[in-house]
Amino acid sequence: MAQEGMNPAADALPPEGWRGIVDDWATDKQAFHVPWGKAMMWIFLLSDTFIFTTFLTGYMNVRMSTAVEWPNPSEVFALSIFGQPIPLILIAIMTFVLITSSGTMALAVNYGYRRDRYRAAALMFVTAAFGAIFVGMQAFEWTKLIEEGVRPWANPMGASQFGASFFKITGFHGLHVSAGVVYLAVGALKVLRGDYERRGGNYEIVEITGLYWHFVDLVWVFIFAFFYLW
Amino acid sequence: MAQAEGQQHPLSIYFWIWGLLFLFSAFSYGTDFLPDGLVRTSLIVLFMVLKAGFIVAIFMHMAWERLALIWAILGPPLLLLFLIGILAWEGDYTVLTRLDFFSEPLAPAGLEH
Repeated sequence: MAQEGMNPAADALPPEGWRGIVDDWATDKQAFHVPWGKAMMWIFLLSDTFIFTTFLTGYMNVRMSTAVEWPNPSEVFALSIFGQPIPLILIAIMTFVLITSSGTMALAVNYGYRRDRYRAAALMFVTAAFGAIFVGMQAFEWTKLIEEGVRPWANPMGASQFGASFFKITGFHGLHVSAGVVYLAVGALKVLRGDYERRGGNYEIVEITGLYWHFVDLVWVFIFAFFYLW
Repeated sequence: MAQAEGQQHPLSIYFWIWGLLFLFSAFSYGTDFLPDGLVRTSLIVLFMVLKAGFIVAIFMHMAWERLALIWAILGPPLLLLFLIGILAWEGDYTVLTRLDFFSEPLAPAGLEH
């Protein structure tokens, strides 16, 4: 991935602001002054935003339109700890696990750019481990709800649409987390092995992987607010 | 020149944002213990927007990107507000229709709907 910017004089950026937008888009040249991999990841994440939004909007529509009572997520996702039911606690722990993993990912990106590949790889593995813990907790949550009789087409606690929305939204998100764990593990191995040292010490790939991971956390922020808290 | 060096920022900024995200997550979990109503709903949205904003701006480095990229990525999702609007409208209509047809008649028989 040869970078522009080797020759600072030839690579002076056009002005910022609206003038900059026009300049960047109007001429037959590179529109985004970022590496192509990063631009493509952002565009992929944009398309993913549309998918998750259609899911959440569909959920909003069925929740508004059902005449049967919607189950109270606060009670559905409560766990008994030391004989005391604590509302929504499992989901709260999952949220903190994902936030923690986002922090370790941000540090991994930083150490990547410092060309400290051992720390970067270690932090990526830690991030992947937190992701795996999250998926494990989600599997536990699914098992619990399935045992309670919740199905994509039925729900003994109230509106059937609850089951459909729950499995679709958390399932698709869980799939993203699982894919992210694999993506991070592969990336960390390549960083550790020194693949990017042979390419001139360019660790942009850690940031691109990080963009995906932060996006997964970002989607969870919306799922937590709209599905679990609302 | 942040672009030439990649996104290199002091570590302290990440620790600050990390801490804030923990704090906001704790607050948003706290909303679950409030009574239902406008206050609770507003707080859910407030903490959601704050968390999402910090993740995109700092962790995803959007705050340091050029406006051309920022608008290309954050502009199109604004269209989704239209989708949310029309589906909220439609959902409202559907539930009224369902209540009308599947439960006791709202109006005495013989009256125009």
